[in-house]
Amino acid sequence: MITVSITEKRFGADRVLGPIAFEVAAGETVALVGPSGIGKSTLLRLVSGIDTDFTGRIDRPDAIAMVFQEPTLLPWRSALDNLTLLHPGLPRERALAALDEVGLTGKDTLFPGQLSLGQQRRLALARAFAGQPDLLIMDEPFVSLDAAAADRMLTLTEALIARHQPATLFVTHDMAEATRLAHRTLTLEGGPDGAQLAQGPKDRTT
Amino acid sequence: MQTKLTPLLSVAGLLAFWVVASTLKADPQVLPTPWALAPLFAQEIASGALWTHLSATLLRVLWAFCLAMTLGGIIGLAMGRSPALNRWLDPWLVIFLNLPALVLIVLCYLWIGLTEAAAIAAVTLNKVPNVAIVIREGARALDPQLDALARVYRMSGWMRLRHVILPQLGPFIAAAARGGVAVIWKIVLVVEFLGRSSGVGFQIHLYFQLFDVAMVLVYAFSFITVMLLVEWALLQPWERHATRWRRA
Repeated sequence: MITVSITEKRFGADRVLGPIAFEVAAGETVALVGPSGIGKSTLLRLVSGIDTDFTGRIDRPDAIAMVFQEPTLLPWRSALDNLTLLHPGLPRERALAALDEVGLTGKDTLFPGQLSLGQQRRLALARAFAGQPDLLIMDEPFVSLDAAAADRMLTLTEALIARHQPATLFVTHDMAEATRLAHRTLTLEGGPDGAQLAQGPKDRTT
Repeated sequence: MQTKLTPLLSVAGLLAFWVVASTLKADPQVLPTPWALAPLFAQEIASGALWTHLSATLLRVLWAFCLAMTLGGIIGLAMGRSPALNRWLDPWLVIFLNLPALVLIVLCYLWIGLTEAAAIAAVTLNKVPNVAIVIREGARALDPQLDALARVYRMSGWMRLRHVILPQLGPFIAAAARGGVAVIWKIVLVVEFLGRSSGVGFQIHLYFQLFDVAMVLVYAFSFITVMLLVEWALLQPWERHATRWRRA
């Protein structure tokens, strides 16, 4: 369970986020939507602990994983090292199994530059799930992929979330993605005192 | 093939120019021919003097290089990462960059004495600002996304330095190292010239006083050869290894 209770987040004099409070239960997937530039990625940075400069309180578990908009891999380390270096206690066999799980069997010795963009994104997913996270944060993880590749990634992510059951918070612009993946959708909207959540979260109807 | 031969042809051209110049001058006291250096070179190897002085200089170069790269690297990284620290330290960097090498050498000898520590300190202080400036540029160019990655996945400070920061700084470290070695050995020679009783610089000082151009050239070329070996046998293979992921 994560509990977010933010009073405000400022960049200098500019109040980017106003009062925001929500919870994500263990095993629950929550989508965060809203117009571009409203502060969705900023909110994710606060929830993930990357940015600690805000007023409020966020209770989160220790085991966190994040999937960024770009694959954000270590290009100078092999695919396998990209897993084991970020999860130092991860045995080699489990790291290889995590690569198998995302369809990167036999790619363990390749550098990220030798993989296609789709494969790099799958490696980023493998890295996220290899650490058995209690909280998974994803910032538009399927952006810049063509429709077919995005669909394959979505299916894979759906399966991985179902198997590992982390609390998941992800940003998307695509309502179809939100509907397919999330139990509930939060909408961030602008206001005179910074962005806030729109009232009335929508439950997944599927 | 032609590309590989070009450096050799270039060096051969320089040698030919030397032969022509020494033939035209026709005074071995001012400019001996290249082959006139061979017996002197053999004589210095046989007596052991060449190795004694080369090793003394090499040791000083090694110490000063390691200290300058470490100190300059730490200062440059800190300045690149912290704008506040950069505002404080930048004027110091500018002052030290513009302080003539000779002034630092003389001051170190005056303050510390004519000792090995003073010699190495003088060379190190001369090189630290250059290294710091190059590494600072590298630190400013570090990818913030990879920083975020390291934070989310709670990488330890050492792991972050080794696997995230240093690989990004690799090209900058290589540039600082290459420039560093070239500058450091020249300053070491000046330091030895002014205040040591061993080393290539000391020998050059000695033969300068005797107006023995041939022996000056023997020691100068010996050290240039050693530094070229360092470049080819150590620096270039290390750089190739560190950047192999780019060519994969």
